[in-house]
Amino acid sequence: MPVNVKAKLISKEQLKNDIFKFVISSKEIANIAKPGQFLEIRVSNNIDPFLRRPISIYDIDKENSSLTFIFQVKGKGTTILSQKNVGEEIDVMGPLGFGCFKLENYKNISIIGGGIGVFPLHELAKTAKQNANVNTYLGFRSKDFVLCENDFNNVSNKLVITTDDGSYGENGFAINYLTADLDKSNTDCIYACGPLPMLRAVQKLALERNIPCQLSLEERMGCGIGACLGCAVKTSSSPKDAPQYMHVCKAGPVFDAKDVEI
Amino acid sequence: MLHGTFGYGREFDQFIDLNKLGGIITKGTSLKPRPGNKPPRICETPSGMLNSIGLQNPGVEYFAQNDLPWLKKFDTAIIVNACGSSIDEYVELCKILNTLDIDGVELNLSCPNVKAGCLAFGTTYEGVKEVTTAVRKVLDKPLIVKLTPNVTDITLTAKAVEDAGADAVSLINTLLGMSINIDTRKPYLANNTGGLSGPAVKPVAVRMVYQVAKAVNIPVLGMGGIVTGEDAIEFMLAGANAVSIGCGNFISPDVSINAIEGIESYMTKHKIDDINSIVGTVEMN
Repeated sequence: MPVNVKAKLISKEQLKNDIFKFVISSKEIANIAKPGQFLEIRVSNNIDPFLRRPISIYDIDKENSSLTFIFQVKGKGTTILSQKNVGEEIDVMGPLGFGCFKLENYKNISIIGGGIGVFPLHELAKTAKQNANVNTYLGFRSKDFVLCENDFNNVSNKLVITTDDGSYGENGFAINYLTADLDKSNTDCIYACGPLPMLRAVQKLALERNIPCQLSLEERMGCGIGACLGCAVKTSSSPKDAPQYMHVCKAGPVFDAKDVEI
Repeated sequence: MLHGTFGYGREFDQFIDLNKLGGIITKGTSLKPRPGNKPPRICETPSGMLNSIGLQNPGVEYFAQNDLPWLKKFDTAIIVNACGSSIDEYVELCKILNTLDIDGVELNLSCPNVKAGCLAFGTTYEGVKEVTTAVRKVLDKPLIVKLTPNVTDITLTAKAVEDAGADAVSLINTLLGMSINIDTRKPYLANNTGGLSGPAVKPVAVRMVYQVAKAVNIPVLGMGGIVTGEDAIEFMLAGANAVSIGCGNFISPDVSINAIEGIESYMTKHKIDDINSIVGTVEMN
């Protein structure tokens, strides 16, 4: 069961101008967290900003009872969060999301991520690599936007970094390199997180080739625990004129690519 | 706990002791299941949020079979927020609710996010009176009617509730609002407009509770931006006999428990034995 705790910030690193990596200490959360789950963070005790910030878990360290998350400063809430100092306590609710990445007994998996969507894929790759061959494809806009390359190298058997403009790594979209590899060898499952156009392309590819596929989705959230029904995602089984919805915070954030219309 | 923000209680059970709550007003429940609106449905605003959920709910039958038995395990009052899109639908729904083991019904005449019904009935004296009268005939349980603030004079609709024989009035539902993404020039919500709630609306709610409490003799359930015990006290001084917490629950799941403790410390500080003694005791300038 998720908990609401005050977790101490034990390390803070600025990866880019607007990207921060935080390590927090919470035995309660680290003990039960699974790849794909997220945290809801209250950035201040004030009523503005009003809502918690949903942030995906980058790394779970059960041994040291700590969790790592990486976030981009986008607005008021993440700005305040980025100004926290090591030693300060952060109000964290988690781990949230019943829909986490499912590893089954896959022996050969492909992970594809784009931009700041790569973060939840790290814990997935780390966990999966214990029993499976992990091929990871990460796409970024250009050289300056490449993130976490070393970390992903350590948790992947093969890592392909691509940039849209070819300024670093391979030239073009990550999905092109995934597709090329799928032509050569089989994969048991594709896992994806990133911008919507990428997710749509991955979903299409997986469905066409009949490969199991899990997508980590994002939607504006209110409560993060399934009460407010804000973060709706359409089910693929919806009749055309009668949409049916699931919720990212509860049924997700990870969904079977067959189940959602994105 | 205010309708629409607390689900059917299950999501909060993992964080707080539901037995400590005086009551739970369920999310808006209709005769048939409702899918809700297209996302995005939520948008944060200064000290508050806009929502356009569109009353997504599994329908009363599902509620009766799955959620109610679970809720009954707790020592707290269960009030079902009832919504519909025609008088017939409200009546049919309340006939069913009348047979359930619940403590009351809150009639939702004020959701701004669904096309038909709700708000359509809620903005005029005649509309409120007509639907409340019809429901009163089939409902023996305590009947609360929830008012919309999107009217010129809320005392008129409040009087309609009283004249139709309801037991209490609750207010406020959300204020209709809009928020625009200036880069895309599109509203953040897929539905374009949505209901504003949170501390941003509190002064409006306190003013309306004050006006309504003066205008009617039935009890007033006050809500709108309450997140602390002090907020709750403010509503009671304005005339609310009871208060409810809505989207404040999103700040922290234990916000209601903290508010109860806040009320208790206010009572200690001001040597108040009975909280009812402060209701409506605001001293106007």
